[in-house]
Amino acid sequence: MRMPVKVDGSALRDSKWSQYALRFLFGGIVTAIAGLVAQHYGPVIAGLLLAFPAIFPASATLIEKHEKQQKEKNGINGTVRGRQAASVDAAGSAMGSLGLLVFAVITWQFLPAHSAGAVLGASTVAWAVVSVFVWQLRKRGVYSATKAAVRSFARTKSGGLQC
Amino acid sequence: MTQMLIRFLAGGAVVSVFALIGDVLRPKSFAGLFGAAPSVALATLGLTVAIKGASYTAVEARSMIAGAIAFFIFASVVSWILMRYPFRVLWVTLGAMPLWFAVAFGLWSVALK
Repeated sequence: MRMPVKVDGSALRDSKWSQYALRFLFGGIVTAIAGLVAQHYGPVIAGLLLAFPAIFPASATLIEKHEKQQKEKNGINGTVRGRQAASVDAAGSAMGSLGLLVFAVITWQFLPAHSAGAVLGASTVAWAVVSVFVWQLRKRGVYSATKAAVRSFARTKSGGLQC
Repeated sequence: MTQMLIRFLAGGAVVSVFALIGDVLRPKSFAGLFGAAPSVALATLGLTVAIKGASYTAVEARSMIAGAIAFFIFASVVSWILMRYPFRVLWVTLGAMPLWFAVAFGLWSVALK
């Protein structure tokens, strides 16, 4: 069964302000460090940090904690479930990073000759579109279908039976 | 110093907004997309364009391609390990950080240096 995308505010109610402050702190520190690195080592090195997984450990730990607490409210040990939820979230981030790649390519190619606001806006839209598209492909099982087709093709080429 | 403070506040704010959006979305795999949102990039690139100009900023964006590839490998490995092994999430995510550095700086030394 496919789960539709929906908004669920329960995570906000269960979270502490310190957890949001921590993510603000990490985000701010990485952005400031990227500026310092650019000053000392130039834009080539600093650019690498623009895709640094700054808040990834904090977010993944938060997800693990929420899932674990939810299961334990129902009297179930939520350790495994918490880890699985963090794993699924990480898989989503891997898909989002493909969108991040497209963001970088569009910005690099179009920024020198066009309005910065328009280019950054278009790059952000492209990140969202590509990320959601890859997520949809995975949800619809296109990856699995392609893998099965490649395996079937390989069996045919090696002389195996093809039904 | 003022510029660093502005970067810190802008970065913290943009990262927090994307993190909040990710927190309220379900399913988890969809929410995870926001873990790779261009939050630090938006804060940094916007300020860099204003201070250093578009050509300088485009060089940063070019390097970001290597960072994004490193992020893809990092997140995929973290997801794979967490699904198969009973390790704590914090240790896996922190333990995989050197992988991000290795891939990003490896690509830098091969293609961008």
